[in-house]
This record gives sequence, C-alpha cells and structure tokens, in this order.
Amino acid sequence: MTRPRPRTNESESETRNPTGGGATAMRLIVPLQGVVQGRGGLILGTLIPCALFYFFQLYLKRHRSPKPGSNPTSPSQSSSNLSDLQRSSSRSNLSSRGSIGPVQVSSRASSIAKPNDSPYYIGLDRVSEDPYDRLDNPNGVIQLGLSENRLCFDLIEKWLSENTKDSVMGRDGVDLSISGIAPYQPSDGLMEFKVAMAGFMSQVMGRAVSFDPSQMVLTAGATPALEILCFCLADPGNAFLVPTPYYPGFDRDMRWRTGVELIPVHCRSTDNFIISITALDQAFNQTRKRGIKVRGILISNPSNPVGNLLPRETLYNLLDFAREKNIHIVSDEIFAGSMYGSEEFVSMAEILDMEDIDKNRIHIVYGLSKDLALPGFRVGVIYSFNESVLVAAKKLTRFSSISAPTQRLLISMVSDTRFIQEYIETNKKRIREMHDLFVEGLKQLGIKCAQSCAGLYCWADMSGLISSYSEKGELELWDKLLNIAKINVTPGSACHCIEPGWFRCCFTTLSQEDVVIVIERIRKVAETCKISS
Amino acid sequence: MTRTRLFRSRSSEEKEEEEEEQRQHYSKHNITSSTGMRVIVPLQGVVQGRGGLFLGSVIPCALFYFFQLYLKRHRSQPNPPPPQPPPENSEGQLAEVSVSALPRSLSRVHLSPRSPGGPAYVSGRANSIVKGGDLPHDVGLRKALEDPYHQSGNPDGVIQLGLAENKLSLDLVGEWLAKSAIYVEELSIGGIASYQPFDGLMELKVAVAGFMSQVMKKSVFFNPSQIILTAGATPAIEMLSFCLADTGNAFLVPTPYYPCFDRDVKWRTGVEIIPVPCRSADNFSLSITALDRAFKQAKKRGTKVRGIIISNPSNPVGGLLDRETLYSLLDFAREKNIHIVSNELFAGSTHGNEEFVSMAEIIDLEDLDRNRVHIVYGLSKDLSLPGFRVGIIYSFNDNVLAAAKKLTRFSSISALSQRLLVFMLSDSNFIQQFIEINRERLRRMYIKFVAGLKQLGIECIKSHGGFYCWADMRGYIPSYSEKGELELWDKLLNIAKVNVTPGSCCHCIEPGWFRFCFTTLTEKDIPVVMDRIRKITETCKSHS
Repeated sequence: MTRPRPRTNESESETRNPTGGGATAMRLIVPLQGVVQGRGGLILGTLIPCALFYFFQLYLKRHRSPKPGSNPTSPSQSSSNLSDLQRSSSRSNLSSRGSIGPVQVSSRASSIAKPNDSPYYIGLDRVSEDPYDRLDNPNGVIQLGLSENRLCFDLIEKWLSENTKDSVMGRDGVDLSISGIAPYQPSDGLMEFKVAMAGFMSQVMGRAVSFDPSQMVLTAGATPALEILCFCLADPGNAFLVPTPYYPGFDRDMRWRTGVELIPVHCRSTDNFIISITALDQAFNQTRKRGIKVRGILISNPSNPVGNLLPRETLYNLLDFAREKNIHIVSDEIFAGSMYGSEEFVSMAEILDMEDIDKNRIHIVYGLSKDLALPGFRVGVIYSFNESVLVAAKKLTRFSSISAPTQRLLISMVSDTRFIQEYIETNKKRIREMHDLFVEGLKQLGIKCAQSCAGLYCWADMSGLISSYSEKGELELWDKLLNIAKINVTPGSACHCIEPGWFRCCFTTLSQEDVVIVIERIRKVAETCKISS
Repeated sequence: MTRTRLFRSRSSEEKEEEEEEQRQHYSKHNITSSTGMRVIVPLQGVVQGRGGLFLGSVIPCALFYFFQLYLKRHRSQPNPPPPQPPPENSEGQLAEVSVSALPRSLSRVHLSPRSPGGPAYVSGRANSIVKGGDLPHDVGLRKALEDPYHQSGNPDGVIQLGLAENKLSLDLVGEWLAKSAIYVEELSIGGIASYQPFDGLMELKVAVAGFMSQVMKKSVFFNPSQIILTAGATPAIEMLSFCLADTGNAFLVPTPYYPCFDRDVKWRTGVEIIPVPCRSADNFSLSITALDRAFKQAKKRGTKVRGIIISNPSNPVGGLLDRETLYSLLDFAREKNIHIVSNELFAGSTHGNEEFVSMAEIIDLEDLDRNRVHIVYGLSKDLSLPGFRVGIIYSFNDNVLAAAKKLTRFSSISALSQRLLVFMLSDSNFIQQFIEINRERLRRMYIKFVAGLKQLGIECIKSHGGFYCWADMRGYIPSYSEKGELELWDKLLNIAKVNVTPGSCCHCIEPGWFRFCFTTLTEKDIPVVMDRIRKITETCKSHS
C-alpha cells in the first residue's frame, strides 16, 4: 500500500495546476498509460485513479467549507427583500457574517500599486522631491535620469509666443474654430495632423523616406503607442525578444496590462552593444523550448540607453530573421532626429521602401517627445504596414487620444517647415556641443563612454568605480551617486544590461554651467571609490 | 480492502476536522472555485451512503479510463506529423547556415521549403477587435459622419441623434477661448513642454474638484488628492475595470446601458459584463432583487462578480437614482463585498426639478466603507468639451488610486490643454454663467423635442438628465423582437435619414425603445427631424 502512494502524491500535485491546456494533461497521462497497459496494470490502474479521485474530493471539501456557512443565510436575505426594510436587514446580515473585510482590488492592480522597486523610478521620485536649482536649491538632486531635451526651449518658446493664439483658435472666427476643438474628433488623430506628422518625420530623417499618413495612428504619447502595438501583436503569455540594455520603461509599457513577456537578448560591450542574430536565434529557440510563443522583436534605433545606430546590414538581417521565424518587428525610432554624430540614420521604413515584400510585419513607433522636445504634449505615432494592426489600433485609440487644441497647435507648428528645419539643425548642434562637453568631463575623471551618435544621453562605463563586479556593486555606486553626490543616473541593471558598471547619463536637461557641477559631484564619489579599492 | 478502510477512516477524521475548520472559515470568508464543487457533491453523497464503497471506486475508475481514452484519441492526430519532417529539414539547413557566412541569402533559402511566406499574424485579441464588426450604433455614427446634415449645405444629409454631444452652449466656450489670448501669454514653456505628472497637474485637479462640486450644487466637497485625470472618461472606465477585476471576473451592469461600456470595460481587460435587465414597467429603474438574482446566477456559473457599474444620471434613459436606491446599492455592495463604479458624467446636465445625488454625497454622510466606491466623471458632457479629452477617476481606495496613477502613463492629457482648462475652470464667473445658461437651454430643448415626439404619438420615459430622451416606439416596429427594432432603425437611418440608437445596442431587454440625442440640434432643426420621423411612423402604422 505504501508503493502507490508516493506516485499519487506526485501526480496529484500535477493535476492541480494544469487544467488549462491539453498539452500538460497529456504528459500526466502518458506515463500512467504505460503502466496501465503493461504488467500490473489492472491493480495500479484502479488504485491510482481511485486514490487521485479521493484526494481530489478531500481537497475540495477542505476549501469549500465556508460555503455551507453562507448558504443558510441566503434564504433569510431573500425574505428580507419581502419586507421593505432592505437597509437594516442587510446590516443585520452583515454583522452575523462579519464580512466587512476590506474590498479587494484586482491582483493585477495590486501588483502595479506596489511601491517602485526599479532604481530608475526610485531615482526619478527622489528628484521630483528635491530637485536641484542653481539659486533656490543648490544642494538638490541633479536630474540625469530622464531623457528630456531642454536645449532648444528658447526656439519653441519664441514660436509659441508668436503663433499659439492663431493656431489654437484659428484665424477664421470663433464659430468655425470652436467646432474644430470642442466636439468629438476622430480618436486616432486629425487627418491634417497625420499629414503634418508624416512631413515632419521625413524631414527629420533627412528626406530619405516618405511616410503615408493613412498608415499612421496617433496616440497620447509613444508609451501607449507601444502598449497598443504590444496588445495587437501578442496574446497574454506570448513574448517579445528585446536586445539589452533596453529602456527601463519597456517593462511597464509592454508587460503591465498586456500580459506579454519580454525576453532579454544580451548584447555586450565588446560588440559595442550591437545585437547579433546568433544571440537572437538562441533566445528564440530557448524561449520556444520553454513553451512560450515569440511574437516579435522590439528594437530601439537609435538605441536607448547606448545611443548607437543599427547599421543597414543589421536591419536587413533582422528582417530576414523575422521573416524566417514569421514574427513581427517593432522599431522604436523616437530618437531618429536627435542625432549628433556623422553616421547616417537608417529607418526601418527606408529598408522596406526598397524591399518590396513582407511589409506587414513591420511597425514603427515615433513621437514628438524627444525630437521636438515636447513630452508634455503627449504625441505618439504608430506607423504600421499591417492593415489589421492599423484597424485594431485605430479602435483602441479611444483609450488614448490627443487633446484637440494641442493637435491644432501642433499642426501649425509642425507644418512650419522653415521653423522645423531651423529647429532640427540648431538642436543637433546643441546636443553635439553638450555631448562633447559632458563626455570630455567624464573622460577627465577616467570614465569612458560607449561609442554613440544619437540620443539625449551617454552610456558611461564606471566599472572601474564599483566595489564589486556585480549588480550589487553597481547599485552601491548608484546609491552613492544619488545620496552623496546628489545626481540621479540610471544604472545599467535597470536597463537589464548583463555587464555591471554601466550608467546612462542624460545631459540635455542641463545647461553648460551645470555640467561643471555634475562632473565635480561625480569626481568626489569617484575619488572615494578609488581610495577604497 | 485495506485501501477502502483507509479512506473510510480518513474521511471520518476529515469530517471532524472539517467541522472545526468550518467555524474558522466563517470569519475568513474566502471564495473558492465553485464549479468543481457541483460535480463532486452528488458523488460524495453516494460514496458516503449505502453502496458507496462500490460506486465510489467504480465511477471514478470508469471516468478516469474514459478520460484517458478521450485524450488518446485527440492526441494521436495532430502530434505525430509535425515532429517528423522539421528535424530533417531544419538540421540540414542549419548545417548549411553555419558553414557559409552569408546570413541574408541563407535565410531566404530557408523560406522556400518551409513556406512561411504566410502573413505575420496579429494577436487573437486584436483579431477579435478587428473582426468584432460594427454595432448598429457604429454604423449609424459613421453614416452621419460621412453625410452630415446641414441646413443649407447638405439638406438631405443624415441628422445626428446618435451621439451624446452637447453643442447648445458651444458659443459660450468659444467666446471665452477667444478672450483667452491673455492667458496664452502667461504659459511658461517649462510648464507645458516638459514632462508633467501623468495623472494630471495638481492645479487642474484642484480646479476640477471645484467644478465638480459647483456642478453638483455644492452638496459635496471633492478632495483633489483623490482625483486621477485621464484622457477622457473612456480610459477612466477601462482603468477602473482593470484595477477592480481580473481577467474572467465580471461586473453587474443594469440595462439599458451606454453601448460603449462593452468596449471600455471588456476589450483589453478580459472582464465580463453581466447585464441586469430593468423593465419599462418600473420606468427602467434598478431593483436590488434583480441585482441579487444576477449576482447569484453569475456565482453559480463560477464567475466572480467584482462590482456594479451604474450610470447616474442614467444613459440612455436619463433617470436619476434616488437617495434610497443609492443606499440600498451600497448595502448590497457591502453585503457581497464588491465595488461600485458610479458613472456621473452627466451630473451637471440635469434639466428636471429632481435633485441629483452623487455617490460621493452618500459616502460623505456614511462614514464607513468608502474604499469600494469609485466615481467616473469628465468634462466631455458637462463642459461640452469632448475634444479636450478630460476624464476623471475619483476614488476612495488608496490601492486603486496608486495603481491608476501609474497606469495614466498610457493615457494622459496634453499639458497645453490642461493649462488652458485651469484658466477656464478658475474663471468662476464664466463657469457659473455657463452652467446656468447651459441648463436652461438643455431644458428648453428637452421640452420641445419631447413635445414634438408626443405629437407624433411617441411617448418618452420622463427623464431628468442627459442629452437624450428614451422613446417608446414599440407601436411602430413590424415585429416585437430585436429584428423588428432594427428594421425600424434601418428605415429611420436610410429613408428618414436620422441616426438614432436602438435599444438593442444598449442591451435593453424590451424591443422598440430608441435613444434620441437632441443637443447637437438647433431649435430650427426640430421640425425637420419630426417631419422625417413622421414619414416613417405613418408608413409603419399603415402596415400594422
């Protein structure tokens, strides 16, 4: 009798969880069937199911017990409905049951509601509590963790002061213009705005590509654009391959509400963090072995946080890989216009223009938060070649559409090609100056940065300053930088970087005078680290 | 024999334990899977009674064998073919791949034998949204959009009575905006261009809290720190649905309800809606008995009910929930330990004499159990600015607030529009004037429109709020069914060229009811609408 029991325990524990898929249930049955049909089959074949069944009953019985308790009261409830004193009667019901326990939120909400655990968000919160200001709060935390560009605010401010009123309210009188902003507008964006955005995007990308406004869906920021795409391309439990280091926000944008997983594909400093197809293939096969379906690859080009570009050849390889595995590619090109190097940026859309096949697996994400430095305006773009994705995304924009007055204002701003051209050029020049200044400052401290030519940040190698070559060592340094030097940078581990000691420093919120202070603050920490090591 | 004895003794021990545990469980009050129970319970009775030993072993054995057989049958077909061919193919090709270092051309080679030239599939859920097709509601809205009526420009176009949008007082907003140039100059670039809190500017929250209590006639005070701003009330509802229920859970929703709840509550969240039918005999008012019945039925089906969603003032009927109903709802929710989402989007658009009571007011008076109540509001209806996309979650539950705050990253409002609204809402003279004039115009329009329908012999449910009336056209439908209702709807849309919302879109259980939104019209349009409807009603009468 002792013999069958361990078996039953084993298989019982299995029976509890699967139920969902036939695939798991089979595995349970197959070994048993071998036994049943073989020798000793008769006895085992009766004992095992019987035992299983009894244990199952017992299990249910245990967990069911509160129910009979609640049953007897329910008749009294309905009888209480007969009397017109619903309120008091339900109260009396309550006390006897003591069910005033707190009402629960959904389990997915409670996991979101938990306090932030990623250093990326902890740092951001710290800055918002105690922001540095040269005059008012010189001991505050300096923000190097948020990729925001304030270098060209003067240009935008000038344009706004000249044009805001006319663009929001129109020049054609009150009645006409109010009907353009107050009533319901198409949730996926005004057609005029799409046309203007298509022009802007191709201007930003040096006229190498033309974008078709009808393939565009506008959302309230690039964040919902990514979420909507993720929702459209993958079902819960599916996965996307994402080359690391990647933007920390992807974990929220792609996973939170969609139930989709991100599979990190590690890139290394020896390759200057450029993705290799071999690594992708390996990750793809491993994921498939785990029974998870891979639905696509998510790349950022220019990459965030490294700041490098994907070469044309890599884009072709990615396309081939995606075609071979029949998966999608989401290309996040939100920094396409924030270039400071001499290298040429190649958009996925450009590659597709040349290759005439298989466009419907390519989806591009863009926005005005980085290249036009207007994150507060919340404008994101999905540019897709896939009809179904466009239709679904269009319907989903009901949950994330852009305020109409903002669209009206941006239509005039973005179609003002002279202003835009001037802006793009000045912006590139200023980012380059800032980048050179900042990287040079770090270099003097002995901190080298990865080769980069785009973005609002540099990717600094501080592995010489960390106390132990591990995530722990990296976070210790991050903590020192935040709490002693009072600068908030993003540690590589928040970007899922596999090598410890890398940090992302965004320099476009600073002024040139600030750079000196930042470098000075880092120096203090760097010196203590060197002494201790 | 030893086997059975073992189990007998076990189960008797279990019984004693169980009784003890039951007492403990009373207080714990946790709900567990209820579907499994029903299968087991009859068997248990058999097993423990006479003949239990024999039946108790034979039945499970038989079941188990049939289960094995079933699995075997279904497994044999799909499995064998795939494993065999791929290994040969891919191995051979992989060998080639690694030898030559020309990845591009190679992957092309891969393509042809495997024929994955097939399209890249979108997700199942996206597919269901794409294929989900259009409700009559959508069809009508599209038609009205493509061929909109205009008195002089397009007199044969479709008149829009299907969209709850208020254009009666747009002139007031327009005038204000025209004068707002002075404010625009006050905007600082840092305050609009850079990243702002996703859940809305504190200044706007304060202004909105003030506006809400002004709209509700100062009967309630709203705390700005309990407000989350979203890009429209639509994402506010979705976010609440996401935060209060898990996939597969359900909300009870009294019918007829706003047609788009089906999208807002269900689409991306995987949550279900259980309609709780209200009837014309009760003026479509909500009964706790019906709620209770729906709750129990859902529970029997194994669906966990997480809350009730009510609209007050109701859309599409236009009725208000009285204080007593709100109290009983709260009691019901407390008893079942579920949430209440109260959609009060039309709170300021009341036109009757009846008093609107917000759920927030009830909560203010009762000091317990606030954390199950969540209010949805927005500026689309009461300030007639749907284009600005401003929705509000007002919740008493800290967890919901924390989660919703983080989720607003997916749906936040442009800072420019927020600043503009801060100026507008802080102009209390303008707001006071706007609310009064708007209410007066709404009342006039309601009276005229309902009187027009009455002359045609169409009665409406008496309503006190909203931009619409809920008209009884049961007399004009060819058959008393959804089909008959949609036939009449089709005639109204395609022959009379008026787009209305049929009751079936609102899940109304009785056919023949229609929602007419009258606030996009001018008073001059009313006779045109009535003429058009008359043409249809006359032909319908002559048929029947």
